[in-house]
Amino acid sequence: MTWHAFAALAITLIIAPALPGIATKTKSVLTGRRGAPVLQLYFDIWKLLRKGAVYSTTTTWVFRAGPVVVLASLLGAAVLFPLDGREAVARFSGDLVAFAALVALARFALVLAGLDTGSSFEGMGASREVTFATFAEPALFLCFVALVLATGELSLSGMLGAALTATWPRTAAPLLLVAMSLFVLLLAENSRVPVDDPATHLELTMIHEVIVLDHSGPDLALILYASSLKLALFAALVMGVLVPRAAWPEPIALTVLPVGLGLVAVGVGVVESNMARLRLTRVPQLLVGAGALALFGIILLLR
Amino acid sequence: MQTSQMIPQLVLLLIVLSNFAVLGTTRLSTCIRALAVQGVLLGILPVVLASHLSLHIAALAIGTVAIKAGILPWFLAWAIREAAVRREIEPIVGFIGSLVLGALALVLAFAIAAHLPPLTSSESLLVPVSLSTVMIGFIVLTSRRKAVTQVVGYLMLENGIYLFGLTQAASVPFLLELGVLLDVFVGVFIMGIVVFHINREFDSLDSARLTELSD
Repeated sequence: MTWHAFAALAITLIIAPALPGIATKTKSVLTGRRGAPVLQLYFDIWKLLRKGAVYSTTTTWVFRAGPVVVLASLLGAAVLFPLDGREAVARFSGDLVAFAALVALARFALVLAGLDTGSSFEGMGASREVTFATFAEPALFLCFVALVLATGELSLSGMLGAALTATWPRTAAPLLLVAMSLFVLLLAENSRVPVDDPATHLELTMIHEVIVLDHSGPDLALILYASSLKLALFAALVMGVLVPRAAWPEPIALTVLPVGLGLVAVGVGVVESNMARLRLTRVPQLLVGAGALALFGIILLLR
Repeated sequence: MQTSQMIPQLVLLLIVLSNFAVLGTTRLSTCIRALAVQGVLLGILPVVLASHLSLHIAALAIGTVAIKAGILPWFLAWAIREAAVRREIEPIVGFIGSLVLGALALVLAFAIAAHLPPLTSSESLLVPVSLSTVMIGFIVLTSRRKAVTQVVGYLMLENGIYLFGLTQAASVPFLLELGVLLDVFVGVFIMGIVVFHINREFDSLDSARLTELSD
């Protein structure tokens, strides 16, 4: 545990809300519009934090606990993740399962809060979110298995740290497949375009947006911040696989972090401006495809 | 790993990805495009595998790209335009099912290749990739209803056999390979005509209709 692990965590926590802004800005520029400012989410969060929250009379403590649990579990996941490409703030053997479980816990809390409102729209969104997660999680674990096989390490800090730098020249092909698979998972887990449209305004077609429909004020601010943090974590995962930074000098590794996260966000924006969202029934196919990529990587590693 | 090994590996990986692209798409034009990309990759492969560029290999590469990436996809694209079919509506095995089957075929191909005696070629990925291409071609051939997709499956099957032939690229005579290319070309040409007639007779390309008796 060193100062640069904390510095990387601090950088990620600060720039996370800029990532959705960068993705939206890229999309706007590519489609010939001016678009919202990159820092829009900071303004939104600041605005929401100063407002009061409104709670429906049908909701219980589950609804009020939702946003806090979501943010807390994603912060926990961020603590386990080696954001500077070297070491996380906390590490233990098998913490990759804890990472996946914390991300899943965040989703679970969000879905419960959505169901607690008793609104049929939110129930529908919750059902979709969980359905897609059923396909996304096996793919995520296949990616982790491939990384474990490639590096022989059982913790995130190990497999995205020095061991990855050592193994890259030998296992470039499977690692590229894993990175592709993780990028598809990033799009699915963060409700980006081929799976969900963050800009949609029709409740019937929403997934993530519809679950948080009843949240207001500081609660919504927490959820917005938490989802941008989740995007940052997945972007850091893709980047961690593609750019092993363990051998680099510390200041450079720290400077590259925001640049890399920004580039992944630009990639998301490029995908969004090139694709329409898939029909709901086609989404599992995309995720199974991502799983197949990771499985192919595993086969190549086992050979 | 040196660059001389990286490039053939990369090409072979892209071939497998194009197999999965064919398995996972409903749109026939995307299927045909993936097949054309595969054709280009197959053409590049003998060039990057060879230690030095001979006339034999250059001619093989040019012939392969011209037929597999040029004429055949163009012909299939013409067929779907004439017959006005766009999508594979309801395959016998669903798209998720066929992706999973494709992944299983890949596992099986690597398992079988590990037990085969080592071949003359230095590229160890060539045999498993060719076996998996053959199997995925079979899956597409048997699990889809539209005649055009079945032709795509047949061509993937043939691509797999071509890949396997590349392990012996040095010893197989040039004329034989050109003969195989010509056979496939004529085969697809005939299939195109058959497809066209199925379409005219039944107003659809659904090959399941061929099992019904009528006069």
